[in-house]
Amino acid sequence: MEHRLKTPLSKEDVTSLRAGDLVWITGTIYTARDEVHAHHRSCGNLPIDLEGAVLYHCGPLIKDGLVISAGPTTSSRVARYTKDVVDRGVRAMIGKGGISEAVEDLRGKAVYLAYPGGCGALAAKTLQVKGIHLEDLGMAEALWELEANDFGPMIVAIDSFGKDLYEVAKRSSKKAKGNAIG
Amino acid sequence: MRSKDVTEATIDVLRRAETTLPSWVVERIRDAAGQEADAVARSQLEAILENIKVAKEGKIPICQDTGLAIFHLDVGRDSHIDFDLKEAIAEGIRLATENVPLRPNAVDPLTRKNTGDNTGPGMPDLILDLVEGDHLRITAFPKGAGSENMGFLGMLNPADDPFEFVLSGVAERAAKACPPVFVGVGIGGTFDLAARLAKKALLNMPGTSAQEAELLARINDLGIGPMGLGGDTTALGVRIEMASCHTASLPVAVNFQCWANRSASATVGEDGWNID
Repeated sequence: MEHRLKTPLSKEDVTSLRAGDLVWITGTIYTARDEVHAHHRSCGNLPIDLEGAVLYHCGPLIKDGLVISAGPTTSSRVARYTKDVVDRGVRAMIGKGGISEAVEDLRGKAVYLAYPGGCGALAAKTLQVKGIHLEDLGMAEALWELEANDFGPMIVAIDSFGKDLYEVAKRSSKKAKGNAIG
Repeated sequence: MRSKDVTEATIDVLRRAETTLPSWVVERIRDAAGQEADAVARSQLEAILENIKVAKEGKIPICQDTGLAIFHLDVGRDSHIDFDLKEAIAEGIRLATENVPLRPNAVDPLTRKNTGDNTGPGMPDLILDLVEGDHLRITAFPKGAGSENMGFLGMLNPADDPFEFVLSGVAERAAKACPPVFVGVGIGGTFDLAARLAKKALLNMPGTSAQEAELLARINDLGIGPMGLGGDTTALGVRIEMASCHTASLPVAVNFQCWANRSASATVGEDGWNID
C-alpha cells in the first residue's frame, strides 16, 4: 500500500502502516545522528518539539543554505537511543540498515522507514533547509530542520507491530548459509 | 614535477570520483536491477540508478558521505618530486572540500572535533607503490563510513577455512554496509598487511577468478539483498588479494565498499597533468 503523510504524525498515521508499504512524507523532518542522540540523553532535551516528529538518521552535505546531498546514515549506531526519543513522542525514524535491536521500542508507537542508502543526490531534490540547531556539532552531526516535499518513496521496514524486514532477510540468509555449507 | 599540478589533479580526481561512477560499476547495478526478482529489491536498485543519474547531471556528490581522503599513489621510480607531496595533496583536498563541495568528515578520534577541511593527523591516507616510469599516478578512493565500519579481520588458525570465515562475516555484516556491496578480501601477510590487501582488492575490482566467482555466488545466495531488505543482489563483485604469510599464521581481512564504488585517477608528469 502507498501512503502520503504530513508531519507531525499521529499514532493513527503510524499504526496504519505495515511492513513493506511505501511512504512519502511532506512537512518538517529533523536530522539526528550520533551526537544529537547523545546530547538528548545527557541533557534530557532537544531544542525542537519531538511530539509526532520524524527523525532522519542523516548527516547532510549543505552548502550556502542548500541541501546538496542528503541520504541516510547507518541507523544501528543510534539504535540504543530509540527508546529515549520514542518516549518523547517521535513517531518515525528514517534511515538505512535498520534498528533490529530496538524493534520492541517501536511497538504500538512508531515505525522505521528505509530510504535507499547512498542516494543522497536524489534525496536532496525534495529537501530544503528550514533551520539549524546545535550548529557547533558540525555539518554532519548538527540538528538540521528540513522541509520535505513528498520525500520518498520509503519502505516501511519495521512496523509498529514488530514486523522487521531486515530480520526476515537475515533469517533467509542463515538458512541459505546453512544450505551452502551443507 | 610541480606541486601545483599535484594539487590541481587532486581536486579533479576528487570531483570526478564523488560525482560519477566508473561505467562498469553502473553496468553491474543495471544488470542486477534487470535480474532481481524481488519487487522491494528492484525498487532499491532503481532508486540507486536514478540517484547516479541525478548526481552526474547536477555535478553533485552521489552520496552525502563524501568519505575520508584515501589516495593510492603509483610513484614512478624516475619521477622527480622535490616538494611536500602529502601537503600538495592535502591542499587539493581542502580546495575540493570548499568547491565540489565535500562534507567535512575528519574528526579527532577522541574529542570528535571536526577539522573542517577533511585533512588532519594521518589524513590524507596515502598508499604508495613504486612503479616503472617518471610519472606520478594519483587515484582518489574516497571511503564512506557505512561500508568501512563493517570491515573485519581474523588471525585464523591455518587449519581454519578462510572462505567460511569470510562468508559468515559477510552474512552477519553486509546488510549495514550499504549493499549491494563490493567485497575486498585480503588473505595472508600479517595483521596489518591483510587489511591493506583487502583495501587494495577493492581498488582492483572486479575479480575474475573461479574462486572469486564462487564466493560472489555464495554471498548472493545469502538473500540479504539491496539495503538488507532481502533479494538476490547482495554483492556486485568480489576480489581476493594474497601475500605469503608465516607458516604459523593465516590472517584474513575483509574491507567492504558500498555500491558507490567511487574512484578516479590522474597522471602527473614534468609537463602537467591529465585525468583518465
